[in-house]
Amino acid sequence: MSEAGLNRRHLLTVATSVAGAVGVGFAAVPFLASWKPSARAQALGAPVEVDISKLDAGVMVRVKWRGKPVWILRRDAGMLEALPAVVSELSDPDSDKSEQPDYAKNATRSIRPEVLVVIGNCTHLGCAPIERFDVGAEDLGGDWPGGFFCPCHGSKFDLAGRVYAGVPAPTNLPIPPHRFIGDNLILIGDDTGVSA
Amino acid sequence: MQPSARLLSLIGALLLLAAQPAMTAGGGYPLDSANNDVGNIASLQRGARNFVNYCLGCHSAQYVRYNRLASDLSISEDQLVNNLMFAAEKPHETMQIAMPAEDAAVWFGQPPPDLTLVSRSRGTDFLYTFLRTFYVDDSKPTGVNNLVLEGASMPHVLWELQGLQRKVVTKDEEDREVVSLEPVTAGTLSPEEYDAFVRDLVNFLDYTGEPMQLERQRLGFWVLLFLLVFGLFAYLLKVEIWKDVK
Amino acid sequence: MNAARAEAVGGGRGTRFLNWIDARFPFSKLMREHVTEYYASKNFNFWYVFGVLSMVVLVIQLVTGIFLTMSYKPSAAEAFASVEYIMRDVEWGWLIRYMHSTGASAFFIVVYLHMFRGMMYGSYKPPRELLWIIGMLIYVALMAEAFMGYLLPWGQMSYWGAQVIISLFGAVPVVGDALVEWIRGDYFISDITLNRFFALHVIAVPLALVMLVVVHIMALHETGSNNPDGIEIKQHKGPDGVPLDGVAFHPYHTSKDLVAIIVFLAAFSLVVFFAPEMGGFFLEHANFEPANALKTPELIAPVWYFTPFYAILRAVPSKGGGALLMALAIVFLFLLPWLDRCKVRSIRYRGWIFKFALGAFAISFVALGYLGLQKPTAGVELGSRIFTFVYFAFFIFMPIYTRLEKTKPVPERVVFDGGH
Repeated sequence: MSEAGLNRRHLLTVATSVAGAVGVGFAAVPFLASWKPSARAQALGAPVEVDISKLDAGVMVRVKWRGKPVWILRRDAGMLEALPAVVSELSDPDSDKSEQPDYAKNATRSIRPEVLVVIGNCTHLGCAPIERFDVGAEDLGGDWPGGFFCPCHGSKFDLAGRVYAGVPAPTNLPIPPHRFIGDNLILIGDDTGVSA
Repeated sequence: MQPSARLLSLIGALLLLAAQPAMTAGGGYPLDSANNDVGNIASLQRGARNFVNYCLGCHSAQYVRYNRLASDLSISEDQLVNNLMFAAEKPHETMQIAMPAEDAAVWFGQPPPDLTLVSRSRGTDFLYTFLRTFYVDDSKPTGVNNLVLEGASMPHVLWELQGLQRKVVTKDEEDREVVSLEPVTAGTLSPEEYDAFVRDLVNFLDYTGEPMQLERQRLGFWVLLFLLVFGLFAYLLKVEIWKDVK
Repeated sequence: MNAARAEAVGGGRGTRFLNWIDARFPFSKLMREHVTEYYASKNFNFWYVFGVLSMVVLVIQLVTGIFLTMSYKPSAAEAFASVEYIMRDVEWGWLIRYMHSTGASAFFIVVYLHMFRGMMYGSYKPPRELLWIIGMLIYVALMAEAFMGYLLPWGQMSYWGAQVIISLFGAVPVVGDALVEWIRGDYFISDITLNRFFALHVIAVPLALVMLVVVHIMALHETGSNNPDGIEIKQHKGPDGVPLDGVAFHPYHTSKDLVAIIVFLAAFSLVVFFAPEMGGFFLEHANFEPANALKTPELIAPVWYFTPFYAILRAVPSKGGGALLMALAIVFLFLLPWLDRCKVRSIRYRGWIFKFALGAFAISFVALGYLGLQKPTAGVELGSRIFTFVYFAFFIFMPIYTRLEKTKPVPERVVFDGGH
């Protein structure tokens, strides 16, 4: 066969192969995309409204958002005072390595200092830590200032969900996107209009 | 829709016309063509409003999500919440009804069917004709009967708009019975306005039956275009390779 | 390092890797035997693309089916809604579902054409009887697959179609009623029936289908492909042992098949994107209503690919007789290799009697398919009986007329027009 013929054949083989590969690529998109959360999953994962008007200081409620436990804790004055006191014992006190919206990357990890909204899944392996607000608990070392304790592998978090140094959990508890509607309503899962 | 996609769907439709199995009409009254256009967003918006105001009291559209409806029909969230939804509902919910099916079965003889897919099971022409051919029939518990759905258990919900009609049977020159309707009382809409009202409603039901139908055709155009290019390369390659074979 | 040397080293590495594989798994051997050195006649015409197209459809059905399974719920309470969930809420779910529903019909179209090709060119004749039998088994498995799959959307047609077909087993003498109950697992078509049909549709039958397809291809590659002239190309080999009229499967037949596949995909896309219901042929209108055990649709017709057999069933005014005749309509196809006594394979060199008989058979099959879709009137019944007679006459009288027919001389080598 002539050189030109071989070139033509080579060119056409490449063109056909490329077109075929592009076709397979495009055909794969619908199948892969079908694994994304469906409209129903999105509907079920829609933002959750929580009324905190009846939430007393020092008390915590749990709500479920996208299948995860979200804790809402109204910290009292004593709890807020404890936050700066433990900074030296924390692994990531300034939340540089942790997951939170910019507006919650501050000393209290919250929009309003007293109201903590945090996802209650330990960043180690996903267990749900227990609230241990009992200051000075013996089983936690006697000088326990109050916080959260994960029963699975012993990780400890302070009252802003910040992780202590020397425990298995690598980062602070994540803060979900959220915003306040008026004084007493929190919308979890939606933060349109909230600035850092 | 792109003109080429339109052309392709026309070809598809013509292919089908050859051996179209009849949609079940019943009653034998010829169906009028609905002539609706699911690409007409304004008509769909009016249809959605008509559906919510007149149908959604008894009929659900349980597979239609409000927020999908709003984005497909270019309705803003405010318009959606204020005009189309009941107070207790959330935009991501579907068009459900409060009426329990068991009660409805007692009141109407059978529960009013969900209408999401009615345009696909019955056809748009049927719906368009059905909603325009109620006539007074005192022997029925609802006081009306229907030309295309004899003994329909649904009352003439739209009677205030259309007015009431009477069935008239005449004979044509070959002595066949011809059924027609003539007005008894006038409605708040003129006959033309009423037809347009029903057309919008049917258009909306056509949309709910298959909300992705326009997207499907748009995509199909690109797929065929790609296959054309791919096919051209493959054909030239085949011809080239088969030059070996004598 | 110069380019030539770099290539030699790369090639060496590749060869070493291939040798490593080949010492443990016959990869190169398999590729040679089934792809690069499988020789099939160079004069294949367009009838010869439907085998490979069946494979393409099988792959489409397997892939889309697996993805549908991820969102479908096989329970009477949720099945219908889960299909609409796929159509609306799952991203691209509508495309995957339409591909699967269109694929079902496409499967039968290509398989019917593939079978007709075999009948035209005598591909069932010795030594390919077993190849034909395996193919027929694939066809039967495909019918079972399609029938059980059709129940899954749990629409009115799903329900009542299954009702009618399952009731057919009641025609079996003595154990009929018990058999029907056993198939349903309940006293009516219920959640239990749906659940077991789902299991069979997504696991058992596809597994059998894939294995049968592998066996079909192994048998094909043992005997070699037939061709439109019905000549054994192996009888004329060159000095290198390659059949003179054969060309390698790759790249010759693959490049040809690719064009056919693209044309097929274009037709397939035309349906999927522009007429997924195909006017009620591929997705029946009544199936957009959820199954209702209290209300039969006005007209129950199976999906088009079953209607020829359905028309045969309705042509007989007795339940047992109809079911028996329907079963025989399939059984006779199995027997084809032994009913046909003609020595010549291809229709090109057979007498007018066979051409006429095959034509009449094809017409009766299409006509029965049409009649099976119609409401059962007296005219439809008469037509069904006439064409049922033609259908069976084709087989019953075959041993006689195939012996009588005058055949033309078969050429030594295949007729080849240059590959256009």
